[in-house]
Amino acid sequence: MDSLGIVVAFYVLSAVTIGAALSVFLLRNLVHAIVLLVLSFLGMAGLFASLSADFIAIAQILIYAGAISVLLVFAVMLTPLSSRNNANSLYVGPGILAGVAIAAIVVFTAIEVDWVQLTGDALRDRSFVDTIETIGDQLLGKHILAFEVASVLLLFALLGAIVLVTDPRGVGTDVTDDADDAPGATEEPA
Amino acid sequence: MTVDLSHYLAVSGIVFGIGVAIALSKRNVVAVLMGVELMLNASNLAFLAFSRFSGAFQEGTAPLTGHTFVVFVLTVAAAEAAVALAMAVLIYRRRETVDLDRISVLRW
Amino acid sequence: MSEQPAIVKRQLPATPMARQIIERGTLREQAARMPFAAKVIGAIFGIGFLIANAGIAYIVVDGRLDGMWYDFRDLGYAIERLRVELRTVDGTIGGQELGAILAYWVPALIGGIGILSFLGGFLLIGSWIERRLLARFQIRTGPNRVGPYGLLQPLADALKLMQKEVLIPAGADRMLFYLPPVLIFIPAMLAWGPIPWAENMAYLDLNVGLLYVVSITSLSVLAVWLAGWSSNNHYALLGSMRTVAMMVSYEIPISLALLSVVLVTGSLRLSAIVAWQADHYLWLALLLPFALFTFFFSSTAEINRTPNDIAEAESEIVAGFHTEYSGMKAGLFLAVELGNALLTGALVATFFLGGYTLFGLEEWIPGYLILGAKATFGYFIFIWLRATLPRFRIDQLMNFAWKYLIPLSIANVLLVAIEASIAARWDAPAIIVYGLFVIVNIALTAYAVRAWARAIGYAMDVEQPAQPIFAKTIGGLKAARSLRGEA
Repeated sequence: MDSLGIVVAFYVLSAVTIGAALSVFLLRNLVHAIVLLVLSFLGMAGLFASLSADFIAIAQILIYAGAISVLLVFAVMLTPLSSRNNANSLYVGPGILAGVAIAAIVVFTAIEVDWVQLTGDALRDRSFVDTIETIGDQLLGKHILAFEVASVLLLFALLGAIVLVTDPRGVGTDVTDDADDAPGATEEPA
Repeated sequence: MTVDLSHYLAVSGIVFGIGVAIALSKRNVVAVLMGVELMLNASNLAFLAFSRFSGAFQEGTAPLTGHTFVVFVLTVAAAEAAVALAMAVLIYRRRETVDLDRISVLRW
Repeated sequence: MSEQPAIVKRQLPATPMARQIIERGTLREQAARMPFAAKVIGAIFGIGFLIANAGIAYIVVDGRLDGMWYDFRDLGYAIERLRVELRTVDGTIGGQELGAILAYWVPALIGGIGILSFLGGFLLIGSWIERRLLARFQIRTGPNRVGPYGLLQPLADALKLMQKEVLIPAGADRMLFYLPPVLIFIPAMLAWGPIPWAENMAYLDLNVGLLYVVSITSLSVLAVWLAGWSSNNHYALLGSMRTVAMMVSYEIPISLALLSVVLVTGSLRLSAIVAWQADHYLWLALLLPFALFTFFFSSTAEINRTPNDIAEAESEIVAGFHTEYSGMKAGLFLAVELGNALLTGALVATFFLGGYTLFGLEEWIPGYLILGAKATFGYFIFIWLRATLPRFRIDQLMNFAWKYLIPLSIANVLLVAIEASIAARWDAPAIIVYGLFVIVNIALTAYAVRAWARAIGYAMDVEQPAQPIFAKTIGGLKAARSLRGEA
């Protein structure tokens, strides 16, 4: 992975991803944070693509930027205006400390360990033409049990989410009656 | 100038650390969930980096176990996001707030 | 008794425009009225066209054009020749050969600029086509003032939008207000990448092209929501929430319909799907009729066109999520709707109608012209739907997606999976296998569409409405009522 294009792409994409993730932490407005989170998902998809994981990159865009962001948006709409900010709780100090500590450990390990990895020509010779065919073979071959369990898990998660949100007052009552929706209304200070 | 496994793992670690910081120190439930999604993304990146650079399989095409695992992580992340956001809505309905500083007592 | 002479005196109609239509006459009368010089020039062009076709046919049959860079049936050959030339450029930049970098970037730029100019050109003429066709369906003329036959109308619209005042609502989030028009244009441009225009002419022939198209179109959901949210307007927010719910619901039938396409062709690559249709001399529209119907109908929901345009229903919610946008921002939303309609036409053509191939005709006619014709045909069907069908309500839309399309799409995937595994194991000639599947699929689709609709309660009005009895002819309203048997 030593061509100029991939190096530049890697640095730009990592800058975008890390910058967007930091902004999710630092911004005050929750909706701005969601938009920047979607940007970090897209940056991650780019990093996956630079690792020749074409199917995973597109699946990341489809699932994260296309669906999970919509879930987050709906959750923001269904929660009240007063807590619709990105404020830090009382445990912000320990939280930042834990984050920095974990990041430091992983970065130190990544840089200092002498990884057994392919370099140069061996890396280029490794063929990655049919990722999706190989993934399909594995999913329905070696990892079929996990595949079936994952599908059952998805079914239960879907049913569970629907059952959880079902209004006990009956179909037709609107949860958003209680929520205030105008983004320009006053919010309590962080 | 090359880009190899250590760079990708460093990026993955940084994003994971940021995700931990967000998940531990935010007041809104949805913000905590955003941190969790960042952590899962970072772990996906680590899996794919290892799958790309690993020296274990050198002849022919790779079996792509890392990619398969990432498919499962994506699946579970989506399911978990759905359930967690449903619970966030439910918390708002029961407690009239989603401020995690106020829902700090593990009692009914 | 004198017979009434069979002369019908044609009364001149009231409005000037209707008078103009009648005076101008039919196309045949207009052609007969053309001056002699125009007829001569037309004849010269016609004969020249035939000679050019004969020449092309000779060259094609002779085979001297195949693969040459001047083979304009497939512009990919010219790009390949350009790439070969660029690779011989000397020099290094940052450790990379300049030749390799140029050979990668210059064709990419050319392709991108090509797609953009094609889109821009279509936006200029597509708006005119749509408005004139809609008017034709509604027995009126459409724009005919601005240029000859109103051809400059889209240009006038663009200029008008450009010089409008750019309003930002008070209390709206400025950054989030500027984003959506840009954000919604990006997927509309990016999704044109994988579509193959000829055999070597796909700009971005990804291995996962089909999934790429689906995921890129799902990016516009967020832009729609942002537009409604940042407007600080209840109607905009309502419209955008409805649109988001609709778009997210209809993504599932699209994915399932395309999944059946993948099961049959065995590849996600769009050029492989087109090649399968060309090799088997079978359009997937015949083999998978339900997938075609589902994809087409769900795409109208994805791009917010009638009958699924509850989002921007002009008569209902002002303009939905783009109410507060003025000037070129609104122009971008309208342009994206137009571009997406052509994109969906091109996708339907690629997946179900054979793409750039036409049973071997692409040896004579350039593939991109064939695909352009099919995409325009798809666009024509969209305009036809818009002129004919009334709008669905949002609850009707959601019911249709979740209770009707998704169960039937899942059953369709099951059926196609069974058929694909039979086709892989049966040794009969392909025409018998696929002919049988065509018949079975069409019959089952026709049956299942009606049966499932009845099963979930969509009842058809089987009562014919009674013939109207005019009150004037028979002596008043009371007499009409007594004739019908009412009180």
